[in-house]
Amino acid sequence: MNVIIDNFPLYVSGFLQTLRICAFAAIGALLIGTVIAGFRVSPVPPLRWVGTAWVTVFRNCPLTVVLFFCAFGLPEIGVNGAYFWFGVTGLVLYTSAFVCEAVRSGINSVPAGQAEAARAVGLTFSQSLSSVVLPQALRTVVPPLGSVIIAMIKNSAIAGAFGIGGDLFAVGDTLTSARGEAALPVLIGVVVGYLVITIPSGLGLAWLERKVAIAR
Amino acid sequence: MTEPNTARPMVRMAAVDKFFGPLHVLKEITLDVPQGQVVVVLGPSGSGKSTLCRAINRLEPIDSGLIEVDGRPLPAEGKELARLRAEVGMVFQSFNLFAHKTILENVTLAPIRVRKQPAAEARTTALELLERVGITSQADKYPAQLSGGQQQRAAIARALAMRPKVMLFDEPTSALDPEMVQEVLDVMTGLAAEGMTMLVVTHEMGFARKAAHRVIFMSDGEVVEDSTPEEFFTAPKSGRAKDFLGKILTH
Repeated sequence: MNVIIDNFPLYVSGFLQTLRICAFAAIGALLIGTVIAGFRVSPVPPLRWVGTAWVTVFRNCPLTVVLFFCAFGLPEIGVNGAYFWFGVTGLVLYTSAFVCEAVRSGINSVPAGQAEAARAVGLTFSQSLSSVVLPQALRTVVPPLGSVIIAMIKNSAIAGAFGIGGDLFAVGDTLTSARGEAALPVLIGVVVGYLVITIPSGLGLAWLERKVAIAR
Repeated sequence: MTEPNTARPMVRMAAVDKFFGPLHVLKEITLDVPQGQVVVVLGPSGSGKSTLCRAINRLEPIDSGLIEVDGRPLPAEGKELARLRAEVGMVFQSFNLFAHKTILENVTLAPIRVRKQPAAEARTTALELLERVGITSQADKYPAQLSGGQQQRAAIARALAMRPKVMLFDEPTSALDPEMVQEVLDVMTGLAAEGMTMLVVTHEMGFARKAAHRVIFMSDGEVVEDSTPEEFFTAPKSGRAKDFLGKILTH
């Protein structure tokens, strides 16, 4: 276990890098996924088509392919930037499809009368979505969204392997491959790093779920 | 009770047809509701009376024909339609109060978001309306904490907050326990006495007799009778209306 103690600063920097990737990717995926869910339930057919196409593409492509496209395809079509942002973009695109479907199931769980009443008092579609339907939908959607976000945190390891570097997974790779340390203790350190992110995330979500629960 | 003063129709329906799949739920409905008139729509279940009510603010789109509110044809889905709906109050059978908002917030939401009223002004108006329907003390509670009768009165206040030109009631007392029906009908009778244009789908014959200027009887998607309450209840012309009244007035 000395390898963990000896390389503790490296682990910490890997942990922070993973945390950074996940924070940006979670914010992006939640925002875009919610907007796409709005598209999918919109009364405007072209918006529905865009939403359906988005989900179909990003939910059905392997994450590695999406990341490949972001890391190597985007530069080929002239988009230049840091690998960090390419990795985050790939995670956002992929995760947003799952966020969208979770949010959409939440929207469908809100009784139709709520949206009818919202329209009847003169709210437009986007107003009724933002003031009436989504606030109620998000309450039922916390548990499935939590699963999606925790899956995303774990998927950040794959993004790390695509040249972002410096994250927890890359730390494990550096220590075992480049420095030839024994794999088992190194990976135990990596696992602990992920658990320190995912377990509190799960607890936070359980707290959030209790806090936003409504009486019907 | 004042008689309707002008001939200008607040709601106009001309040759309105509506299908649910193969089912013809509204058959060439032609109907004018003048400003200030209280119309009660009666009929057996499945006769199309709720659909008629919901068609007026396009919660149910129609297949053909014309619907005008205050001289303007119903716009297609979009901002124009939202503007028109803001002027048409609607009260639902199942109240449909916004479950995540307090009673006060339910009443102020549309004035603030749609009419862009300052929050303080919307709040003052809302409290006046809640007082008028007798539930001021419930203002800060959530809908689930109120009785059905209180929820429906809150829903009426929510609709009135937009100062509608016409109020639509879609079976407003059908989901209520019997002892709560009267408190809602009292609010509605008060509105009628003040000259609000109202279209009320209901099974409350007492309300129809007392507050309505006009009774429309529907059956199988058609307007079968269109007369005054006295005429309808004492001397119905059609066999279907006699049959309907026979079933509901005997017990």
